[in-house]
Amino acid sequence: MNYAVLPQDTTPDTSGYMVAGYVIFAVIMAIYIVSFLARGRNLERDLSTLETMKAESKAMTPHPPRKRAVRKAKPERTRAGTRGQTRRRGAGRR
Amino acid sequence: MQAKPTSLRALDLVAIAVLIVAAYLALVYAPEEAVMGQVQRVFYFHVATAWTALLGFIAAGVAGVAYLATKDEKWDIVEIAAIEISLVFFLITIVLGSIWARPIWNTWWTWDPRLTTAAVTELIYIAYFMLRQGIEDPGRRARFGAVYTIIGAVSAPITFFAIRLFRTIHPVVIGSGDPSAQGTFAMAPGMKLAFFFALFAFTIIFVDLFWNRILMGRLAARVEQLKLNLMR
Repeated sequence: MNYAVLPQDTTPDTSGYMVAGYVIFAVIMAIYIVSFLARGRNLERDLSTLETMKAESKAMTPHPPRKRAVRKAKPERTRAGTRGQTRRRGAGRR
Repeated sequence: MQAKPTSLRALDLVAIAVLIVAAYLALVYAPEEAVMGQVQRVFYFHVATAWTALLGFIAAGVAGVAYLATKDEKWDIVEIAAIEISLVFFLITIVLGSIWARPIWNTWWTWDPRLTTAAVTELIYIAYFMLRQGIEDPGRRARFGAVYTIIGAVSAPITFFAIRLFRTIHPVVIGSGDPSAQGTFAMAPGMKLAFFFALFAFTIIFVDLFWNRILMGRLAARVEQLKLNLMR
């Protein structure tokens, strides 16, 4: 006896689509992880460069001049006394 | 990158291991679906990536709220990390869905509510990165990003519930859809194991990538701060 196989009795062969799906999944994940690692490496390099530049700019910056204490000028001394000094009250000429 | 914590290195290995196991369960262990054939196997990774991506978009919205409340830069870094990983996962979801649709619906794409809202969600977050690039001031950029992710996070539940709110040809896997719909989407035990393990595996993978991305975000912030200091 010959039984006709109805189309809906057989499972369609869709394995090609399955393979394509998983390959595309792997490709997307691979691209993402590679780009992730590359970005990380670039950032590490940038960090190293910037830290070197920071250290160099600190070394090149001249030290600010030290502030000297401002001394008050001592008044000139003479036999008569200090010039310009206000005479004490009551002090007369000798 | 700065020294990785040992726990993160361990998580990297765990993520790779669970991905391999999930792939084995999906490609080998789970039985072939009688009506759709082998293409049905993409469903395990399709749903797992969709689920984690949508949760990631919502988490980014929460990070945005946290940034606006605290003005702490770490929340901006968390937000970017969540969106970047979710964007990649959701792209995988959309592509796998399209590949599945071709032999089953006889089309690569249709403007079905689920597919349309998914595409809109993906474009919203692609625009997020493009718009951030245009803002130079870090503080303003973070504030803009936070507000944007809070508004964008609304698209995640809309995408998830689209198949329950609107008439759609997209299958309802979890819970019931339209009561008038015919047929079921019941899974054999092998399929259930592959399905739930894939959900678990992609959650682990998401957390691993997320943690790594946060570390990179901190490094980027340090580099930007150094650049600003040297420019002054």
